[in-house]
Amino acid sequence: MALVEIRDVYKKFGHVEVLKGVSLDVAEGEIVTIIGRSGSGKSTLLRCINALETIEGGEIRVEGRQIHAKMPDLRQFRQRVGIVFQAFNLFPHLNVERNVTLAPLLTGGIGKAEARALAEDVLTRVGLADKIDAWPEQLSGGQQQRVAIARCLAMKPHLMLFDEVTSALDPELVGEVLKVMEAMARQGMTMILVTHEMGFARNVANRIVFMHQGRVWEEGPPAELFAHPKTPELKSFIASVK
Amino acid sequence: MNFQPLWRYQDQLIEGVLITLALTLVAAIVGLVIGVAGAVALRGNFRPARMLVRSYIELFRNTPSLIQIFLIFFVLPSFGLKLPAFESAAVALSLYFGAYSVEIVRAGLDSIPKSQIEAGQCLGLTGWQVFRHIVLPPAMRNVYPAFTSQFVLLLLGTSLASQVAAGELFHVASFIESRTYRSFEVYAAICVIYFALVMAFKALFAVIDATAFRWPRRQ
Ligand SMILES: Nc1ncnc2c1ncn2[C@@H]1O[C@H](COP(=O)(O)OP(=O)(O)O)[C@@H](O)[C@H]1O
Ligand SMILES: [Mg+2]
Repeated sequence: MALVEIRDVYKKFGHVEVLKGVSLDVAEGEIVTIIGRSGSGKSTLLRCINALETIEGGEIRVEGRQIHAKMPDLRQFRQRVGIVFQAFNLFPHLNVERNVTLAPLLTGGIGKAEARALAEDVLTRVGLADKIDAWPEQLSGGQQQRVAIARCLAMKPHLMLFDEVTSALDPELVGEVLKVMEAMARQGMTMILVTHEMGFARNVANRIVFMHQGRVWEEGPPAELFAHPKTPELKSFIASVK
Repeated sequence: MNFQPLWRYQDQLIEGVLITLALTLVAAIVGLVIGVAGAVALRGNFRPARMLVRSYIELFRNTPSLIQIFLIFFVLPSFGLKLPAFESAAVALSLYFGAYSVEIVRAGLDSIPKSQIEAGQCLGLTGWQVFRHIVLPPAMRNVYPAFTSQFVLLLLGTSLASQVAAGELFHVASFIESRTYRSFEVYAAICVIYFALVMAFKALFAVIDATAFRWPRRQ
């Protein structure tokens, strides 16, 4: 059984159909990269996986359980799925430690001392142990994004979703974030990520999914997909990002 | 000009100040609670609640607060609800301040991007936790200046409660004036007192600002 099973999912915003029958399986420990032009539905698909959007058709299962916005244990489910956005979305009024430990403190029944240790642990994993007392506003974009990743790690997720997490960063800051993600991949985290970093997709992903006009247009292992795209749409997309 | 005759009324003046402060603080606290509740209702999707809050705001912001005090003091008793002067004024001023607070708090809540709320939801927090820990603190900071200006207007506006003899500062002044006939001296003196009270609160607000909102502002 795959960790994530997406079956024939349809999603509309008003009259605009954004996902038109998307099916995708992601196995435990697998790294799947979703690529595709802007507007092809990549972000929407990720948001559907943790029920930030409701779907009109099909079904999404994670660990065998069907996901929807009205499921009774939605919050417990979300605690096990980390999602990182392009815009970091750190809480500006909380320092780095509080950003990372707010949710564990409120939901995990841990105490203040444990929280500090937890913050130190996850911040070390993203290389920011020394920033534990800083305010988000005092950090660079790359550092903020790594704190956002640490904030997810503090919840001990089984699945991580990344939506163009390096797109808002200055080029010289992209590497430090990708390095953290590579380390997570090596440690066996299941990851679904939308990215325009083709180098990263090629080197780290087990599988590439090319989305086009709300559909999974083509998928396969990176080497094969990049070397021998079958469809003209993927061919032209690869040419455009080179 | 002779301020000498006023000294005899020191105790009354002090009591007047205390009642003014009590009225102000009660109305500010109750009004702020109304403000948060009303703002939440306005942003919710229960239409009758939204309409109720809307009507309340329009009613209390577009009528003289003196008349609001009168209505509660003189008219409610004929419906069987008789409140003493201070309580009537406190209720009226709370509702008056609440009406402005709803708009202020709502502007604050609206200033928090939806992505912040989503970030909280994605961490598995409840709606209340997201509101309390993620939305409310930065929202309050964003509207803190508006809130403090409104508070000053409230403090000065408590003088209207003198018209139902609530015993606050302005009422005491009228009383002293009727005894001493020293109109100028009396009103000059309480003007200075009001001014000093406002200045004291401004200093207090600056301290609260510096301690409650310590995170750096977004550039
Ligand atoms: N909340 C929304 N309301 C209306 N339309 C939306 C919303 N979110 C996304 N869309 C539309 O859905 C389509 C797919 O968007 P998205 O999933 O963000 O694409 P991608 O991430 O691949 O760029 C776009 O046409 C976008 O305008
Ligand atoms: Mg997107």
